[in-house]
Amino acid sequence: MNAETRSWVAIGDLADIPREGARVVKTDRGCIAVFRTVDDEVFALDDRCPHKGGPLSQGIVHGSSVTCPLHNWVFDLATGLARGADEGSVPVTAARVENGKVLLAADDLARRAG
Amino acid sequence: MEKKKLVIVGNGMAPGRMLEYLFEKDSDAYDVTIFNAEPRVNYNRLMLSPVLSGEKAYEDIITHGDDWYGAHGVTLHKSAKVAQIDRNEKTVTAENGLKASYDKLVIATGSNPFIIPLPGKDLDGVLTYRDLDDVEKMLDAAKSGGRVVVIGGGLLGLEAAAGLKMQGMDVTVLHLMPTLMERQLDPAAGFLLEEEFKRRGIDVRTKANSHEILGDGSGKVKGIKLDDGTEIEASIVVMAVGIRPSFDLAKSASLDVGRGVQVGDDMRTSDPDIFALGECVEHRGMCYGLVAPLYEMAEVIADNLLGGASEYTGSVTATKLKVTGVDLYSAGDFAEGDDREEIVLRDASAGVYKRLVLKDNRIIGAVLYGETADGPWFFDLLKKQSDVSEMRETLIFGQAYQGGAPLDPTAAVAALPDDAEICGCNGVCKGKIVGAITHQGLTSLDDVRAHTKASASCGTCTGLVEQLMQVTLGDAYNPAAVTPMCGCTHLGHSEVRRLIKSKRLKTIPQVMQELEWTSSGGCAKCRPALNYYLVSDWPDEYADDYQSRFINERVHANIQKDGTYSVVPRMWGGMTSSTELRAIADVVDKFNIPAVKCTGGQRIDMLGIKKEDLPEVWADLGKAGFVSGQAYAKGLRTVKTCVGSDWCRFGTQDSTGLGIKIEKFMWGSWTPAKLKLAVSGCPRNCAEATCKDIGVICVDSGYEIHFAGAAGLDIKGTEVLGLVKTEDEALEHIVALTQMYREQGHYLERIYKWAKRIGYDEIRSQIMDDAEKRKAYYDRFVFSQKFAQIDPWSERVSGKDKHEFKPMAVLQAEAAE
Repeated sequence: MNAETRSWVAIGDLADIPREGARVVKTDRGCIAVFRTVDDEVFALDDRCPHKGGPLSQGIVHGSSVTCPLHNWVFDLATGLARGADEGSVPVTAARVENGKVLLAADDLARRAG
Repeated sequence: MEKKKLVIVGNGMAPGRMLEYLFEKDSDAYDVTIFNAEPRVNYNRLMLSPVLSGEKAYEDIITHGDDWYGAHGVTLHKSAKVAQIDRNEKTVTAENGLKASYDKLVIATGSNPFIIPLPGKDLDGVLTYRDLDDVEKMLDAAKSGGRVVVIGGGLLGLEAAAGLKMQGMDVTVLHLMPTLMERQLDPAAGFLLEEEFKRRGIDVRTKANSHEILGDGSGKVKGIKLDDGTEIEASIVVMAVGIRPSFDLAKSASLDVGRGVQVGDDMRTSDPDIFALGECVEHRGMCYGLVAPLYEMAEVIADNLLGGASEYTGSVTATKLKVTGVDLYSAGDFAEGDDREEIVLRDASAGVYKRLVLKDNRIIGAVLYGETADGPWFFDLLKKQSDVSEMRETLIFGQAYQGGAPLDPTAAVAALPDDAEICGCNGVCKGKIVGAITHQGLTSLDDVRAHTKASASCGTCTGLVEQLMQVTLGDAYNPAAVTPMCGCTHLGHSEVRRLIKSKRLKTIPQVMQELEWTSSGGCAKCRPALNYYLVSDWPDEYADDYQSRFINERVHANIQKDGTYSVVPRMWGGMTSSTELRAIADVVDKFNIPAVKCTGGQRIDMLGIKKEDLPEVWADLGKAGFVSGQAYAKGLRTVKTCVGSDWCRFGTQDSTGLGIKIEKFMWGSWTPAKLKLAVSGCPRNCAEATCKDIGVICVDSGYEIHFAGAAGLDIKGTEVLGLVKTEDEALEHIVALTQMYREQGHYLERIYKWAKRIGYDEIRSQIMDDAEKRKAYYDRFVFSQKFAQIDPWSERVSGKDKHEFKPMAVLQAEAAE
């Protein structure tokens, strides 16, 4: 599916998320961590490390990665895949910014809900 | 007796090495004359790539300078290309007319770059990559910029491409085959290499067949045309498609030649008084272009010149690419086949690819990309044809994983057998290096290089040699190299701290830029460290970067395994009151806090608080007069006290009062790692001050200050700093010691580790004996406290980024559909 035909859900302003930081979006099926990189890209991952359930939203964001605050697993924000020696992945929700608003892909959200 | 005459044609690395072997065995056997076509002394051709890239200068790669020839009585004719050998008369004659007679002759004419017979190959601007003249021509051309097209994606072509890119040129590499370096690499490693070159902005085109080099009409290159019609503009074209042994001279002297000058195992040509050496040689049908086999030949010839009967039986070669930042190692045969098995390890994010090809439980080929430290070990197993079935499961992880040995690279080197090859270029084995270190008392890398040649050629085994020195010399070896802070830099903590001060670096991006961080945004290891160093060094100017702090310091609470937080309010010196306890009880009830516990530092810990409740919890605690206990901080945590002379029948001083005074003075300060203090009112030491970072034992005559204790991962009693008479003196000494640690400690280095590194006596002399230094440390601490003593709880409660504790949005299921 390409971006033009996808529908998106606005969750707030880009300015609400600190650069190299994250905010949490609560859903019925657990939290989503929405990250903002130093160059203002946004990414959204389930806020749950596959290792021991750590809240990735609380990790240090560096480049396009986040380090889990509990045991320092590192995840690629774009793919949700663990980096380095660890193996695992976090579900990704497509995210983008339009006119300063952060949008999450409705189909990805629906898939989580289902 | 008159000395015999040895004449050498050619002055490359191989004859240079041969003479070293010869003089080592017998420096008086021959009068040596060298004819060199190049106008210079002997240099390390392996290092041409760093010269091209600008990382080294010609002077750095000279192996034998004029004084070496002088000292050994060698006559060196520079710019003297030999035109003719007269075997009957036993003389050689150079183009410039110089003539010399010989008893023994060594032909070491090397090789010529292969020039593809393309139309336009003679245009001005079509270069080869073989010697320093070529490099100089390329550097000259690079000055005017533009695009260079390198034909050939093999070892030489890629080194040339990387070097010219570093000189600021636009670079296109044309390679005929589908993957780069296909003779040394399998397609997977070739692909990784191609990606790396593309990442560097080098335009790599495989399956690209050159058709014609285009001229601008005035005899100068202007581009190249491919078979598919594509035209690429270029101001230089570098041909680096291979080398051809240079044997014209030998042929004209009617010596046997094939692909090169043919020799037997004794390295003699068809004329027993004439040897051939190096890249011009064809031995058992093989020609070699790598340095290791040439050195083996050199040793054989040196021995045979002195009447020996050494034999050269051919070499198995291993290859390394000498491009800074690309680790690549290949050896042996790695084609697929039914009788072969392979073991592959990939780590995409680390850019690592390793492949071993086995046949009959023996390694016959190895390709390593991204991580090549085990290359020599695999190569050793390959050359010795060792049976690897016992360690097959863990083989690919390298030597350190075998036999339960520790994962420490030094231990891996220690475990190598004496005949394991350390330096592939010079064929130096472990035993030789260890022997040289012990027998000749060598202590520096340069000494070892000078005596053994290990790591003296391409230098890629330098790490191994250093580890070997470490193993052999133990603590006596003090390498200049340091452990890097993290994977983002090669600099260690001390250098980074020094450079932050000396270059006056005041932001994290500035540090990363100036100190050439290799990652774009650092990592979770270096960012908090840099943030601390900047806070510590520039307290008034640096704006604390919260996003570079670990979550605990960002939200002033300690994250727990379930993602909730624990909160510890400050209780000065461990004292509390009914009002405080009542306030805590109310907060616990109001927010349904599931657990309350006393800590080891005499505080009360409330555990299981949700992040979004934190600001309200703090607000309530704040109303009762509490401030943050900083139980989360790499900073001053607690000052634990006993009841002292106020209550205790043994108490000698007011330990509680001093503890509170210290805590009120020092709270809020950041330190390299957490800092826990204690004050005991008498030597019975109920506050357990002698296992703290800093402790005080009160005695009748004053205050005994202790430091560098530990009771965590390590257990260690404190060291005594000294005895002072008054409370004020105690405070000044403790503060000065803390500031010294703040300025010198590595991030996450507890005070006992720092003190061991610096030396207890050094610390005592600065803090106890040098009043001026102590005062200066004290003043700097006081200055930095002006910016540090802000209660983070009240700051956040009053609104600073308060919204960040709340979810950004709450989505119901319908919203998502």
